[in-house]
Amino acid sequence: MTALQYIIDGIALGSVYALVAVGLALVFGVMRLVNFAHGELITAAAYTLYLTASWPKVFALAMSLLVAVALALLMELVVFRRLRYAPPATALIATFAVAFALEAVWLIAFGPQGKSADVLSSLNQTATHGKLHIRWVTITMVGVGAALLAGTGVLLNRTRIGLEMRAAAADFRAARLLGVRANRVIGTAFVLGGLFAGVVALLLTASQPLVTPTFGLQVTILALVGVVVGGMDRLVSATLGGFAIGFANSLLGDVLPSSQGVFLTSFLYLLVIVVLVLRPGGLFVPGGAAARVERV
Amino acid sequence: MRITRKALLEFGAPALLLVAVCVIGELVSVGTQQDFISALVNATIVIALWVFIGNSGVISFGHISFVALGAFAAGLMTIETIVKPNVMPNLFPFLQHHSIGNVPSLVLAAAIGGLVALVLGAPLMRLSGLSASIATFAVLGITNNVLTYWEKIGPGAQTLSLVPETTGPFQALVGALIALVIAFVYQHSRSGRLLRAAREDPHAARAIGVRIERHRLVAFAISGALAGLAGGLLVHQIGSITTNQVYLDLTFLTLAMLVIGGMSSLWGAVVGAVGVSLLDSFLEHAENGTGVIFFHLKIPSGASLLILGVLMAVALLFRPNGITGGREVSLSSLRLRVGPRRA
Repeated sequence: MTALQYIIDGIALGSVYALVAVGLALVFGVMRLVNFAHGELITAAAYTLYLTASWPKVFALAMSLLVAVALALLMELVVFRRLRYAPPATALIATFAVAFALEAVWLIAFGPQGKSADVLSSLNQTATHGKLHIRWVTITMVGVGAALLAGTGVLLNRTRIGLEMRAAAADFRAARLLGVRANRVIGTAFVLGGLFAGVVALLLTASQPLVTPTFGLQVTILALVGVVVGGMDRLVSATLGGFAIGFANSLLGDVLPSSQGVFLTSFLYLLVIVVLVLRPGGLFVPGGAAARVERV
Repeated sequence: MRITRKALLEFGAPALLLVAVCVIGELVSVGTQQDFISALVNATIVIALWVFIGNSGVISFGHISFVALGAFAAGLMTIETIVKPNVMPNLFPFLQHHSIGNVPSLVLAAAIGGLVALVLGAPLMRLSGLSASIATFAVLGITNNVLTYWEKIGPGAQTLSLVPETTGPFQALVGALIALVIAFVYQHSRSGRLLRAAREDPHAARAIGVRIERHRLVAFAISGALAGLAGGLLVHQIGSITTNQVYLDLTFLTLAMLVIGGMSSLWGAVVGAVGVSLLDSFLEHAENGTGVIFFHLKIPSGASLLILGVLMAVALLFRPNGITGGREVSLSSLRLRVGPRRA
């Protein structure tokens, strides 16, 4: 039974990381930008939940999603749009700089101590079945994650904007020559990224309501590691990579003896290195190393 | 390598800048002196980064692990043996009963940084692009995790303190200049040239027989050793260190220094490091209130990071190739520039 428990916990955390991974991979797909500032969208949404704690829940949730989407668009408009043709390293460091500046904003506005955003804490109650203890938030994570991923799949495969986004991800310049509007696809990618970041903030605060200035950064870094391990060039492999790292993180936390528990990070990253060396093109990319492209 | 006027200028300009920072550091008050020492130590770290990143074009997120190893090794081995058992009772007996001097500790820091980089680089240098960046980041994560929790090799989550503060402006300058000389020689060596060729076009380079992995490994090991040296300088500057001081923030900040200066030239690395480092220190002072020539400046607490972040973003927006444009100093760049700029 405990094995089943571990697996369910792993799937829940994996779903959350998969949502972060999709946000990162969508933006990377259309503009080849590794967005470290993605985590600040999560943090922004989480702080919005704290600020709107007295509002009716529906409004508070809607507001936090809105803030994340607006901030995502603002980032794109003010900074990333101007760096579309800059060297990849420059764009990468610019996302650091944005993350750095926003983190300073959270620090000034909310202080280094955490603020509690327990809008959805009722989800923390446990449903017990036999020896199995499942928090409602676990079920919500899996459900919401699956629904949103399915929605993304439909959007990308069944709509015009989805087709345009896939075209832009395959070859941005050729897509533009065929009439795909750059600002439209990039804008959509950032809107979706912001939306997913907002949802991730809801799910994370439901299980752990304390919001600190680095709330989103930690999750984003690990998700990014997962995305690269899975294979960044494709949305599906990137999402699976995100899921895998969340799952592995949760599972390692459960199975490591408590004396070794503090070294969880080491075990996880060691696993990452081994996988990367064996499958540098991505764990979930068919053909593996053969199809890889060299890039900075 | 023939010593030409061009080579002399390319080496002389960053060297002069470092010397100037040291001289000003010797002249100002003791409180401000730390800012200039920090600039030199940061310059050493960024030069180390440049040896690998600048020449190979692969972004490494892992170099601060070599700084961390250097800092903890140099710090641990220079604390007096009398106090070690009290502050770190769980240490390996060998580490507990031996101590070394200042200069040997810096050599040790460099040796450890270089050796670890060589061993880790052997498998990692087969990777390129983002996979390589993330793999080096994983190294940083592991280093930080192990240093924080393994109390047999260090203070664990505690602060490593009571380290002799031997890094003054002069020692910092010597360290930075050693790094600069090694970086310059590597830049002009056969391996350095081949690696830059591979940076510009990996397929063409491979086609003419360049063994990219091997040259990347050489650059990685050299830059690991220089990063270790920088770590030794750092711990002897501040006299104490925690694992979080040599983790994510320092990684982001030093990478930003490199890119803002211009990551494809040694001159850019030094300019970026000195410039951003001094700006960072200045803003930190401004939070407590500082005099600027004629008037008093005080910014709200916490605002220094915000201003630094915004200024870094602005610098990148207007100079995507860095302040120096990624070029070395040359006579023509000192005169009026004619003709199209390199993208």
